[in-house]
Parts: sequence; structure tokens; C-alpha cells
Amino acid sequence: MLSYILRRFLGAIPTLFVIITASFFMMRAAPGGPFNLDRPLDPTVMANLNRVFHLDEPLFTQYLRYLRNLLAGDFGPSFIYRDFSVGDLFANGLPVSIQLGGGAIALALLVGVTAGVYAALRQNSFADYFVVATASIGTTIPTFVVAPILSLVFGVWLGWLPAGGWGDGAIANKILPIVTLALPQIAVIARLTRGATIEALRSDHVRTARAYGLPARSVVITHTLRASILPVISYLGPAAAALVTGSVVVETIFGIPGIGRFFVQSALNRDYTLVMGTVVVIAIFVVIFNLIVDLLYAWLDPRVRLD
Amino acid sequence: MSVSDTTAPVPAAGEGRSLWQDAWRRLRRNKAAVLSALVLAVVILAAVFGPYVVPHAYDTVYSNYVRTPASLEPYPRADAIEPEIRAALRRARVDIASIAVADGVATVEVTSEREIDPRVTRYLERSDLFTNGAVQRLSDDRRSATLTADVQQFHFYLGTDGNGRDMLARILVATRVSLAIGILATAVALVIGVTYGAVAGYFGGKVDDVMMRIVDVLYSLPFIFFVIMLVVFFGRNFVLMFIAVGAIEWLDMARIVRGQTLALKRREFVQAAEALGVENAGILKRHIIPNTLGPVVIYMTLMVPRVIILESFLSFLGLGVQEPLTSLGVLIAEGARNIEGATWLLVYPAITLALVLFALNFLGDGLRDALDPKDR
Repeated sequence: MLSYILRRFLGAIPTLFVIITASFFMMRAAPGGPFNLDRPLDPTVMANLNRVFHLDEPLFTQYLRYLRNLLAGDFGPSFIYRDFSVGDLFANGLPVSIQLGGGAIALALLVGVTAGVYAALRQNSFADYFVVATASIGTTIPTFVVAPILSLVFGVWLGWLPAGGWGDGAIANKILPIVTLALPQIAVIARLTRGATIEALRSDHVRTARAYGLPARSVVITHTLRASILPVISYLGPAAAALVTGSVVVETIFGIPGIGRFFVQSALNRDYTLVMGTVVVIAIFVVIFNLIVDLLYAWLDPRVRLD
Repeated sequence: MSVSDTTAPVPAAGEGRSLWQDAWRRLRRNKAAVLSALVLAVVILAAVFGPYVVPHAYDTVYSNYVRTPASLEPYPRADAIEPEIRAALRRARVDIASIAVADGVATVEVTSEREIDPRVTRYLERSDLFTNGAVQRLSDDRRSATLTADVQQFHFYLGTDGNGRDMLARILVATRVSLAIGILATAVALVIGVTYGAVAGYFGGKVDDVMMRIVDVLYSLPFIFFVIMLVVFFGRNFVLMFIAVGAIEWLDMARIVRGQTLALKRREFVQAAEALGVENAGILKRHIIPNTLGPVVIYMTLMVPRVIILESFLSFLGLGVQEPLTSLGVLIAEGARNIEGATWLLVYPAITLALVLFALNFLGDGLRDALDPKDR
């Protein structure tokens, strides 16, 4: 088990390397630079800035320098957020994004799996149609519509929750962002669970369990639930990585200091180190979550071997 | 499905139904799909012709009507006219005796210490609210007069935005832009994806390997990073927007078409064409691509809403369509910034976008059910 985990991490290194290299050179190929402002800087100032940040060196030297620093755990200074290193920005923003993303994953699993199993047990009933219809609404309406509408209804009209802001992490401030992040995931998870449960209910071992006269509750919990959350687990891998690395839409609309905003802002401002840092962090989370998914999968389905 | 279909007329012997006729019949029986098609038709007609019909242009600024709420009543309100008249006549050095407004005409009785110049109506006309100012009655001593002016009445059925532009006109134009980008980008993705997939699948071997590895690499890059890089390279340009979006969306299409092609190229009619010495390009054009169209059509209807979401998302971030032109994403972004005071800026564009997306999705699902041969 431990050696498997170790091997998986070693196996991820070449992937990370390719991703870092590709995004480094893509970013540098884009026209413009971090110090190209609307009002051009004085050429000597520009030259000094470029020298301080090593932007005057040949591109390949910069690339090697970046890799070397990265290995030592140094993401470098941010070009746009002066006085902050990219590491500082992540240290401040990542906990926020992880709290919201983690909350959203938990909520989505709880509601999605429950709704999916419930709909499957009452297939073709009103409750089933209701779940399926709501799920199709949930997957159709994009987050950037849901977020402001939730903020409008619960924040402005009803006044139950703050319409935005982080409020130093007060629970009330987290509810709307978490719900917004969870809604599309709930829709997908409910659909997946419903499909897998319907299939599991028809399988031989469930029929046998019923024939033995086991109570319906224990048939569902011990014999079908395991099978019904397998597709959810494999779906959640990449989705969870996206959730904990923050959503630019949710963070913009609710005014949350997470790391989701960095990607768009830094790419547009040519904040090279911050872009690279974001790419690296996202890639690492994808690797971690894929590993967790595989471990969970092997635990839930003993037929799957880890090698 | 066809087993229980006893009410449908049985085709005469020897007269077969084609795949498309079959699909069309099944589509018409799907109520959600038919309703969606109707909704979509109405939305498209409104988006194409609506901007010519509504009384305001989408970029005309009414500086007197910034952020007016949606209403069926005409603006200005009666209680807003009086202060405007007083403000307009303040510089005319007349005393206002009475003000009456009826049927879009304001009547003002004025008196003055000095003789009233008939040109006093110019002061009224200076305000954007009034036109056709006229002196109806001038007393013999020229110390009192009755002035009339037509009140410029505007209808803002969906309110106005923060710059005083009519929301109805803006939503119609935005829908037009969003739909146009959705359809054009899908067309771009279609051409690239179908050609790429068919070529990769048909030639197979090394060519296929290399071509599909390229697709895999593009797949594995973070999606948003890819989009932003395209925007960074192409700039915030409306025309290049949909090319960029289409250039991302072709990946799935290429995979689907490749899979279809792999199955098709082993079929007898392709081998027959090869035996007859038809050129590769000819086989692709005449035999392979037409036979992949079923799944491609299904995929296409589901791609249009995805492209619209993507475009709206980019516009929401300020990377897409630029002012004064607008798209549903731009309007929603603006609405989201103003929800505290001006809810209509968010509600109507959001409803429009949701309507379009629902209609497209249900139509796409209906088409898939109608065209999927496994369902028979």
C-alpha cells in the first residue's frame, strides 16, 4: 500500500514536469510582459525591474532557474502583488478555497447520493421525476447565473445571509458559496447514483439478499450503496481537484479571498510566477485526488487490484 | 418503442422509411423537444428581428433614465415631470402659477414681473423631456402666459442599465450575439473536428497515433488555462472569440468522428470504393463523413449550449464581447454587480439565458433519443 502510494507519486513527476514546461513556454510566448502598463515605464526603470526579476536573462536560463527554485519549494515573487511571494499568496488563499471546496464536496456527496438512491428506489414515481428534472436544471444553469441569484434571494431579498464577503471565515459567509459550488455537483452525483443504484438493484446478489428476507434498509445500505457510489467516486476525482483550487466565478461574485481568482488575473497581467504557481498547485491536487480515488475504489471494490 | 407504435400508419410494402424520417417522427412525439423547438424558434425570431422592432437602440444612452426599474407604464412619471419643468424654467425668470399634465402634454401657466418673451419655450425644450414647446396664450399686458410642451414619453419594459440604455433592446442584441457565437463556434468546431477525426480514423496507424496524441495533450491542459491563453494571444476580439472557442470544442468532436470512422472503414461499401480506385479524399467525402453525421448532429445540438455558456463565462470575466456590444454573459456580470439596488439588471438576462439553455438541451436530448439506433 505505502509502496503503491510512493510509486504513484514518483510516476506523477514526469507528468508535472511536462505540464510545467509546456505552461512556462506558452506563457512566455504570449505578447506583453508584467511591466507593460498603460503608461510606459521609463526605459532605465524597466531595465532595472527586468534585471531584479531576472527577466533579462535568456529564456532557457530563466526556465532552469525556475525549476531549481521550485524544487527547493520556492515559487518566486509575484510580479503584480508586490511585497508578496507566490508562496505567501497561496498560504493565505489556499485554506479559504479548501474550506469552501471541501464543504461543497461534503454537501454534494450527502445530498446527491441521498437523492439519487431515493429516486432509484422509487423509480418512475413523482419523487424520481422531480430528482431527475431538478438535476437537469442543475447541470444546465451555469454557476455565474446561480451565484448572483442566490446572493439576490438570500442576501438581498430575504436578508438571511450576507450577500457576499468573507467576514474572517464566519459560517454564515460560507453557506452561499458552498451551496453555489455544490449545486452542479449535486445534480451530477444524483444522476450517477440513481443510474448505478437502479442497475445494482437488479443484480443477482441483491435479489438473493431480498430472497433471504433481509430488511429493505440493510439491503440498500450494505448491498447496493457500495455499488452505487463507485461511479460517483471516479467522477469526484477531477471535480474535487477543481473545487478545492477555487472557482473564479464564486470568488468574484461573493468577494472571497481564495486562489481561484489568481489564474485569470495573473494570466492577463502576465504575472508569470503566479500563473506557474497556480498551474503547479492545480496539477498537484489533480494527482492527489486521482490517487485518493484509486485507493477508495480498491477499498470499495475488492476486485480492483492496486498495481 | 416501435413495437408499441400501433397507431402510426403502416408504410406500404416496399416503401422503406429512412433513418431521418424515422427520427423526425420520433422527435415529433417528444413533447419536451417540440416545446423546446418552439421556444427556440421564438427566441431566434426575437433575437433576429426584435432589435428592429423595439423603440430603442441597444446603445442609445438616456442620461435622464439611468437605472429605471422595469415597468409597463411610460416614463417619465407624472410626479417627475413637475420638478423637471420647474428646473427648466428656473433660468427663464418667470413664476409658475400652475402645472398640468394630460395625455403626454404639459400645460404651464406662468406669470412674470416683466414682459414675457415668447422665446421662453426654448428653456423648456432644452430639457430632454420636452419637445414642441409653444406659447398658447399670451395676455395683453404680456405679464402672464400659457405654455404647452409635448412630454417625451419612453417605455422601458425591462428597465434601463447603469448607463441609461434600454434593457429590452440590450437583451435582444445580447441574445443575438450569444446565439451567433454559439452557432458559429459550433460550426468551426464541426469543420475542424469532423475533418480531423475522419482523417485520423481513416488513415489509422502512425498518423492516427500522432494525431490522437495531440488531442490527448490538448485535453490534459487545464481548460480555463487554455481559454485564457487563447484570449491572451488573440486579444479581446469579438471575431477571434468564437474561433478560439470553436478551436477548443473540436476535441470531443474529433474523438467521436474518429471512433465512427474506425468502424465504418471496414464496411463493404468503403472496401468496394477502394477496389474501384476511388481516391482517399473522395472516400472520406462521399462515404465516411456522411455516415458519421447522426452522432455528429446529436453532439452538435448539445455543443451549442456549451459554447454559449463558455462565451458567457468569458464575457462574465470581461474577456469576451466588449462594450458597447453586449452578450448575455456581459449583462449577467453587470447584473451581478448591481444586485443590491437594481435587480432587474440580473433577473431578465438570467431568465433569457436559462430559457435558451433549457430549450437547446431538451432539443438535443430529444434529438439523441430520436436518432439513437439503440433505442429501437
